[in-house]
Amino acid sequence: MAHMDLIGLSGIQFFGKMSASISHDLKNVLAVINENAGLLEDLCLMAEKGKSLDPVRLKRLAGDVKNQIRRGDRIISSMNTFAHSADSESVTIDLRELLGLLVELSLRYASMRGVRLEIDRPSDSVTVTTSPFVLLNLLWFCLDYAMTAAGPGKTVEIAAEKTADGAWLRFRKLTGMDTAAGSFPAEPERALMRVLNAQIRLVPDSREVAVSLPNKIQEE
Amino acid sequence: MKVLLVDDEKELVTTLAERLNIRGLEAQWATSAEEAMTRLQTESFDIAVLDVKMPKVDGLLLKKQMQERCPTMKFIFVTGHGSSQDFETGASEVGADYYLVKPLKIDELIAKIKEALQR
Repeated sequence: MAHMDLIGLSGIQFFGKMSASISHDLKNVLAVINENAGLLEDLCLMAEKGKSLDPVRLKRLAGDVKNQIRRGDRIISSMNTFAHSADSESVTIDLRELLGLLVELSLRYASMRGVRLEIDRPSDSVTVTTSPFVLLNLLWFCLDYAMTAAGPGKTVEIAAEKTADGAWLRFRKLTGMDTAAGSFPAEPERALMRVLNAQIRLVPDSREVAVSLPNKIQEE
Repeated sequence: MKVLLVDDEKELVTTLAERLNIRGLEAQWATSAEEAMTRLQTESFDIAVLDVKMPKVDGLLLKKQMQERCPTMKFIFVTGHGSSQDFETGASEVGADYYLVKPLKIDELIAKIKEALQR
């Protein structure tokens, strides 16, 4: 059976949640550009009434608009990569890149919860053959739990490492694991784990959640 | 007319404050609920324009906190979502005077500010 059929509603909800977050970010980009353009108009109107235009001020406003365009471009690039993650059910990916995308997509949620996200990026590639969309969905659940368990440090460090059999992804610095409410992993995560042939281990001693992935997902 | 703008998008509130000031309002800004509450300790405002979604303390909760300190203060909410159910429910629960959707129209914002203050 196709992966999307197996994960069903959970996958759609994940896609919706990410799309909502991205659209919110884009709205903010547009809102800032709108105010910058409005201020430029205001300054022009004032100039028409005899007030001199300050070139330094204008240059700074143009720079602010360019910064927002770069920000919007980065958000749309992430959205595009995320959308294409559902194209293939089994493809070889570098987990370093996937973690970068996960963090980019999760920045707003993390910011809302006052949590800082860090990636411990290895120099060598960490490749596995898997379903990128399903894996992102599982890692999102892990990150959501990790943010709850981040404790007073309010930082989650995410790391990837290659092993002979596949790879480990680790969510570290979870100083609040002892008090994090709820059971994890629950059924939605377990369904994704089955699709990915993945395992999740909670390791309170080292304050981390570890996800093991095989080198290659078993295709149906 | 003293206006306090609160939004975690710093560039948005600073530019908006400048535009309101050009139009004769006395606008100041804060980028978090904490910063807004600190401002209220030393200054009073007629109205606050609050972003709904902000880190840690959102606009809806901030309104409650501000209103406890300044019971006569008026509020306008700003949201990035045009039809967000949670926003509408939340806004009606806390009794928002008005809400506007981003990107804002400056004339509309000023009209709502004046309308809210005349109530």
